[in-house]
Formats: sequence, C-alpha cells, structure tokens
Amino acid sequence: MSYLSTREACGNALTELGETEKDIFVLDADLSVSTQTKKFAERYPQRFLNVGCAEQNLVGTAAGLAIARKTVFVGSYAMFINRAWEQIRNTISHDNLNVKILASHSGMTNAPDGASHQCFEDIAIMRVIPNMSVLCPADEIEAKKLILAEAYRKGPSYIRLNRIATQPIYDIDYEFEFGKAVQIKEGTDVTVIATGTMVTEAIKASEVLKKEGINAQILNVHTLKPLDNDTIIKAAKDTGRVVTIEEHSRYGGLGGAIAEILAESYPVPMRIIGIKDRFGESGVYEHLINKFGLNASEIVKSAKILLGEKK
Amino acid sequence: MTEITSEDLKKLEDKANLIRRHVIKILNSAGSGHTGGSLSCTDLLVALYFHVMNHSPDVKLENQDRFILSKGHAAPALYSTLAECGYFSINELESLRKNNGFLQGHPDCKIPGVEVSGGSLGQGLSIANGLSIAAKYDNKNSKIYVLLGDGECDEGQIWEAAMLSAHYKLDNIIAIVDRNGLQIDGQTEKVMCLEPFARKWESFGWNIIEIDGNDMSQIINAFKEAKCLTGKPTVIIAYTFKGKGVSFMEWVNSFHGKAPNETEMNMALEELK
Repeated sequence: MSYLSTREACGNALTELGETEKDIFVLDADLSVSTQTKKFAERYPQRFLNVGCAEQNLVGTAAGLAIARKTVFVGSYAMFINRAWEQIRNTISHDNLNVKILASHSGMTNAPDGASHQCFEDIAIMRVIPNMSVLCPADEIEAKKLILAEAYRKGPSYIRLNRIATQPIYDIDYEFEFGKAVQIKEGTDVTVIATGTMVTEAIKASEVLKKEGINAQILNVHTLKPLDNDTIIKAAKDTGRVVTIEEHSRYGGLGGAIAEILAESYPVPMRIIGIKDRFGESGVYEHLINKFGLNASEIVKSAKILLGEKK
Repeated sequence: MTEITSEDLKKLEDKANLIRRHVIKILNSAGSGHTGGSLSCTDLLVALYFHVMNHSPDVKLENQDRFILSKGHAAPALYSTLAECGYFSINELESLRKNNGFLQGHPDCKIPGVEVSGGSLGQGLSIANGLSIAAKYDNKNSKIYVLLGDGECDEGQIWEAAMLSAHYKLDNIIAIVDRNGLQIDGQTEKVMCLEPFARKWESFGWNIIEIDGNDMSQIINAFKEAKCLTGKPTVIIAYTFKGKGVSFMEWVNSFHGKAPNETEMNMALEELK
C-alpha cells in the first residue's frame, strides 16, 4: 500500500480549500512541483503566484497580500524559507499577519540532496518568534486536517512537512485540534513524546518495550508552539520519566521545549533524542535516520536508561 | 487629483515647512532618531498625503490608496504627516521613542495610518507587490505608493521585488526613491555605487521619472504623470537633499542618525519660520 507524504496531503488539502475559499492565495519560490503547491496553481492560476527563487520577496509579497485581508500559504523547502527569517520575524510575525509557511523537505527527508537541503534547525529558530505558531503533522491524515484548520485560524504559522511518506497513524475520523498534544497510547512507566516522522518510531518502540513488560505512554506533539503544557505535565506525573524524539537538532526543538516546561513545573528524569549538533549528509533516508540515531531502538535504549534511574 | 493652483502649491510648501518643524522638535525631545532622511522626504510625503492619495483618517474608502514607508527610519516625518492629516492628535507626537510611548522609533502597524511595521530595510517593495496583486484581484482602482531610501537599494530584496513588479505588470505601483545620496556610512556612491541608478530600474522593466524631490511643483507633476502610465510599474527617482530645509544639516551625513540638540533645534526652527 502506498501512503502520501505530508507535503502531498497538504497540496491536496489546499486544492480542496481553493474551491470554496476565494481569498486564499498560494505563493511559491520556484519549487511548486516539490512542495506540491503546483496542484493549486493549475486549478486556480489567478490566486497563485510564483516569485522565482527569491525567498525574501516571497515572504514580503505574502505580507502585502495578508495586509489586504487574504490568507496566504507560502511554499518552499524548510531550509530555504529560513533564509527569510528576518522578514518572517519583522513583518509576518510582528504584525501577526495571516501567512502560513509550508516548510517542505524538513529534517533529513530530503535525504539524497545532502546537508545544504536538509534542515534540523527550524523548530528552534521559529519558536522563539513571538506570535508564530509551529506545527508538524505526523501523517497524511493529520497534515490534511491541520491545513484545513489553519486556513481559518488567524495569525502566522510555520508548518513542517516531509518529502518522504511515513506510515499512517490516524484513520479518517481523526479530529485535529490546534494546540493539543494527542495521546496515542496510555502508559505508566515512561512517556515518549514525538513529533512528525518520529511518531511512528515511538509507536514501534512502545511495542518493543511492551514485550519487556514496560508500559510506555506516547504523545504526538503536532503543535510545538503553543505547547500543550497541561497534557505534557500530566504525562510526566503519570510516568515520572520522559523521552523525546524529533527529526531536528537536540538543541531548541521539541525536547528543548518540553524541558523548559518540565524544569519549571514538574521536573522528571528526561532524555532528548535528536540530531547531535551536526550537519546532514547525502544518503538513503532509512540509512540516514538510523545512522543519526533517530529510531525505535534509540527510544528503547533511552527508556531503559531512565527506568534504571530513580524516580 | 485635481489641477494644482499656485495658491495650492504654496499651501503644500507651508505644510512641508510645518512638518519639518515638527520633525525637528520631536527628534530633539526624543534625543535620538534620524533627522537627515526625515527632512529629505518631507516634501514627498506632504504631496502624497495632502494632494495625491485617496485616503481618509476616518473611514476606509472603497478605492483607498496605500502607502508603505520602506525607509522606516523616516518615521518622524511620517508621524508628523499623519498627525497633521488627523490620524491621531498632534500632541501624541511628543511620545516618539519615549517609555511606554505611542510612537515607536520605527513605524508600527498599531499606529493609525501605518499599514505595516518597518525599520528593517529592503522589505517595502515586496509588501507593495502583495498589496498590488490583492487590489487587482479585488478589482480595486487603488494605487500602492512605496517610499524607498537610496541606501536601502543596496538590499538584494529590492531587486527581487522590482523584478516581480515588472514581471506581473503591476502598474498600480508607484515607487519613489528618496535619492539623497547619503547613507549611514557616507556617500552612496562611495559605500556601494548605485549609478547608473535610473538605468538599473529601466532595465528591470520599470517606467522612470526623475525629478527634484524637494520641488513641490515637480513632485505634483511627477505623480500626475505616474498615475497615467499603464502596463509597467513606475519609479519616481526623487533627487533630494538630506537634511533639506536646515542649512547646517543639508548634505551633512552626521545628521543621518542624530537628533538636534537644544541649540541646533533653535537654529533650525529659526530657519524654518
């Protein structure tokens, strides 16, 4: 069975939205085939704009449209849209404009292109910007529902999408709720908190742990900002141990955000799994995530270390 | 925009003088800010807000024109103009750069009449592009005015945006460059050569109008001509004097980012009587 990547699901959702929402504009910077905004472009050419490979102008043009009361989705690679960080900070976020950034090919999902096209820093640099929401769907269903919801929520957001397809987690009835962490599985011994591609790894890890008599709770944090503090603190209280995993640097991402909350409100032993302060490289995706230690067995290892420590 | 009489022209020149007086006073009171670049573009702002643009401080008009101050450091001139138009009280001008003040050091979208926050250079023309596309999509007959600094045109984003405006034939955009020839570190031609500046814009696919940007009659005629041009965006390259109106500030680069002290203020106000 073939699954859709989150970027493909997002492209489909935009095309669906365009049918009824005549004030939605989509902008891209010469990557519309890759980001999948091409579908919208073909269907609604009047509301699509290709700005050429010019990300700063992409963001500025989107700002102008948003000031004129349009809802604007802008597409690029995660790595390249962040070239316009200052424009995103000073214009889009400062003025709280209705611009939704579709950051495709995030993490190392653009595996063969190597370090220049992979992006492990974006959650960190986006979540420090006031007004900016940071989102990362885990599968195609969540991606679609997230896009449909974001079209009607006021304010800017950064939406992290993938090049590769991951296994579906949710069925069609899944209801996306902005700002709420989703408990995928209950558990009492350790909480595994994941985002994006790593949610499936967390599920795999919980199955391995279960065989060893360890009952892991799993949370999917699709909204990295604003963070669902209540659910996270409750999970820490339930289990007393937290492992986080993300396809992002260990610095400043999901793990950092969770640590900030728990350190102040309910400190528990914690392990942060992510990329260890290094750049990516070319290769096959599965090879790279294993090489960089982003998989179920790393989660299992970290959970066991925490279980060996005192609560 | 109606025909201008010599009497109207005199009124606009008097208004510009009044706004220059505000600029000097509020910058002195603030103790910091950008004097030279505020004074160089005052005549352009006065022409736009008191003669050229279709706008109202009280209601949103059907075909409301838009103005973006891309050279955000000229905020004192913009604020003084907006206050004189009635967007907010003249008394509010005193709050510039003050603690908990209403008027931020650079334009802020919370201030009535300010479309978008600014201060970081290079972004206004891109924003104008978005406003232009939206106006065309909504079948609005409004113009988008954007005021750029010449030093600001060192920014690559300006040229990304200039390409887009021409590519999509955004002929409702009228950009104005305040070509005062100076930027923070010195003369524009020494810091980073801009010339042949008009030909650069022309080669990017723009209509070009070149004027003395401190001559009210030339400014009014330039806008009149620009409004009639179709098929391409238009840029008015307005050759101005940095520090215009105050003899000891004109073409003096130290007044780029400096406010007048008490003595300088009094001398300046004497000249602007």
